[in-house]
Amino acid sequence: MTTTTRAAELDRLDPEARPAAPRRRRRDRGVDAVPWWLRLVVAVVALYFVLPTLFVIPMSFSSSTTFSFPPEGFSLDLYRNFFTDPVWLTSLRNSVFVAAVAATLATVVGTAAAVGLHHLTGRLAGLARTVLMISLVTPGIVVAVVVYISFLKWHLVGSFAGYVLAHAALGTPFVLVSVTSALSGFDPKLLRASASLGASPLRTFARVTMPLISRGIVTGAVFAFVTSFDEVVIALFLRSPTFQTLPVQMFNSVTFEVDPTIAATSSLVVTVVTVVCLLPLLLGSRGKKRQEP
Amino acid sequence: MSATSTSTAVPPVAPVASRAGTQIRLSDVVKDYGLAVPAVDGVSLTIEPGEFMTLLGPSGSGKTTTLNLIAGFETLTSGRISLDGDDVSTLPPHKRDLGMLFQNYALFPHMTVAQNVAYPLRERKVPKAEIRRRVAEVLELVQLPGRDDDVPSQLSGGQQQRVALARAIVFGPKALLLDEPLGALDRNLRGALQAEIQRIHREVGSTFVFVTHDQEEAMSLSDRIALFNNGRIEQVGTPETLYKAPETLFTAGFLGDSTVFELAQAPGSEITWGDRRWAVAPHTVSERARAAEATALVVRPEDVHIAQRDDAVPPGVNVVPATVTDVHYLGSYRSVALALGTGDGAVLGQARLDAAETQLAVGQSVQAWWRVERQRVVSR
Repeated sequence: MTTTTRAAELDRLDPEARPAAPRRRRRDRGVDAVPWWLRLVVAVVALYFVLPTLFVIPMSFSSSTTFSFPPEGFSLDLYRNFFTDPVWLTSLRNSVFVAAVAATLATVVGTAAAVGLHHLTGRLAGLARTVLMISLVTPGIVVAVVVYISFLKWHLVGSFAGYVLAHAALGTPFVLVSVTSALSGFDPKLLRASASLGASPLRTFARVTMPLISRGIVTGAVFAFVTSFDEVVIALFLRSPTFQTLPVQMFNSVTFEVDPTIAATSSLVVTVVTVVCLLPLLLGSRGKKRQEP
Repeated sequence: MSATSTSTAVPPVAPVASRAGTQIRLSDVVKDYGLAVPAVDGVSLTIEPGEFMTLLGPSGSGKTTTLNLIAGFETLTSGRISLDGDDVSTLPPHKRDLGMLFQNYALFPHMTVAQNVAYPLRERKVPKAEIRRRVAEVLELVQLPGRDDDVPSQLSGGQQQRVALARAIVFGPKALLLDEPLGALDRNLRGALQAEIQRIHREVGSTFVFVTHDQEEAMSLSDRIALFNNGRIEQVGTPETLYKAPETLFTAGFLGDSTVFELAQAPGSEITWGDRRWAVAPHTVSERARAAEATALVVRPEDVHIAQRDDAVPPGVNVVPATVTDVHYLGSYRSVALALGTGDGAVLGQARLDAAETQLAVGQSVQAWWRVERQRVVSR
C-alpha cells in the first residue's frame, strides 16, 4: 500500500523533476540507496539459498544413470522415469490431493479463527491464538511423534484422512497469521454499515469481509498448501505401503536405491512450489486498482 | 423530489423513501458495561414521525451509545425500544430497516459508487432494472449524477459522505440515523453538507436521528434536541426552548455563553446575591429550579447592557456593578468581558454590545444591567 502511494507521489512529482536535472536526481537517489556492501551480502545470501536448486535442475537433464555434476549429456530420461513409474506418480497424486484438501481445511479453520478472534482482546482469546499458533514453534519431530501415537490409536496412520488432519493443523497458523494481518487494515465500521443496509452477518462476510481480506486468505492457503506439499517428518511416520506422499518417496529413493530420478522430482517440486508461491503476487497485481488524487 | 420526477420521461416514481417517517420510542433504556456509571442510564424519549431529532452532548454522555442501541449494534441492559409501536429491542440490526450514516463514511472500498448504493437493494432482492433506476434517481438527489463507476477512493470526503447518504436512504428505511456524519469534514464542506442533509430531510420526510457534540450544528439542523449528560437526558426541546428556557445550569452552559450567578437560596419573589437584591419574574424560574436546593441565575451576553453612568440605568431592571476586563472587536459586535460584583465575590461575565456603541476602556467601572424577564433561574 505504502509503496503504491509513494510511487503515485513520485509520478506526480516526476514531470517537474525530469527537465530540471536528471543527473542530479540520480545522485540524490544515491543518498538513501543501499550501500554496496549490503548489496553484496544480499547477493551472497540469495546465492546460498538458490545454489542447491541451481545444481539440481541441470542434473535432472543428465543422461547418466548415477548422480554426477556437471551433468553428462542431455536427456529427458529422468523425467520419463518419473512420469512412467506408477510409484512416483501415485505419490505425486497423493501429495497434491493431501496438500489441496489440507490447505482447504486449514484455510477455512484459519480464516474463521482469525475473523472470530479479530475483535477479541480477552485472556481467553489470547490463549486461543497461542494454541492455534503452537505448531509453528513446536519441533517437528515432537509433533510427528505425538501425531503418530494418537493416530495409531485412532487408526489414522497411513490413511488419507490422517495426512490431511495432520497437515491441516500445520497449515492453520499460516492462514491465521496472514488473515489476521489482512484484517488489521479492515475497517470494522463496514460490518455495521452492511448490517444497517440489511445484510445478515453471513452475507456481510461473503460480500464485504471476504473480498477485502482475499489477499490474506490466498496467501495463507498457498503457505498451507506448500507446507503440506513438502512436509517430510510427519509423513515419514504416517507412511504405509499403501499410502505415501512424494517427499517420502523421494526419501526412500535416495536412502534405499539411489535413484537419479530424484533430480527430476526435485526440479518438479521446486517448480510447483515456486509457481504456487507466486500465485498471490500475480493475482494481487491484477486486482489492485491505481489510486488517483 | 418533484424536480427530478417531472423532468424525466420515466413514469412517476415512488419517492426514494416512501414511508413518511416512523415513530421511535425509547422507554427507560439502560446500557451498562459494568463500569462505575452506566453508559446510558434510564433514557426515555419519543421521536415523532418525520422529526429531525438531535442527540447532543459532550463525549461520553451516552448519545452515541443511545444511537447504537436504536440501530441494534448494542444490546439493551434493560428498557425497550419500539419503532411505530413494534418492539425491536432484541431484533438484530439487519432486520431493523434503519439507514445509518457514519463519521468515516464506511463506504465499501472494493465497490464502485453504483455498487455501494445498490447494496441494500440487492440485499432486498430488488429486480435489476429497478435497482438501476433507483440508484440513478438517488444519486441525482444527492447531486452526484454520473459518478456511478468511480471507486470511493477517487472521491473527496464530501462526495463520499453523499454516496453514503444515498446508500442509506435508497431503500426507504424507517428512519435515518446519523452518527456525527460531518465530523470528518472541514468547516466549509460541513456547512454545505448540513444544508444538503436538511434539504434531503425535507424532501424524503423520514425520521432523522442525528448525533453530534457540536451545539451550533444541533441548533441549526434540529426540530428538537435531546441534550445528554452523564448517560441521562438533561432536557428535550426545540433549539429555541433549550437556549431561551434552559432547565439546568448544564443546559444553559452547553448551548451558548452565559453569565452565571450561583445562588445560595431558593428564589422567592426576590433574589439576593451577595449584597445585591434582584427582582424575579415567576415565569423565568425553571421547573427544576423550583424544586432544587441549589440554583443559579443565568443571563445571556446579548441581554447584558452596560451603563457608564449610574443614572443611565433604566428603572425596573436588575443591576450589578462591574469592571471591564477585556474588550474584543468582532466586526458585527463588540464582546466585553466583565468582572461582576465586587472584591472576592466577583464573577466573570460577558456582554455583547453594538460595535457602534461608545468606547469602553479596560479597567473602567460600569453598571451592568438586564431586564428581569431576560434572566433565567436554573437548577445546578
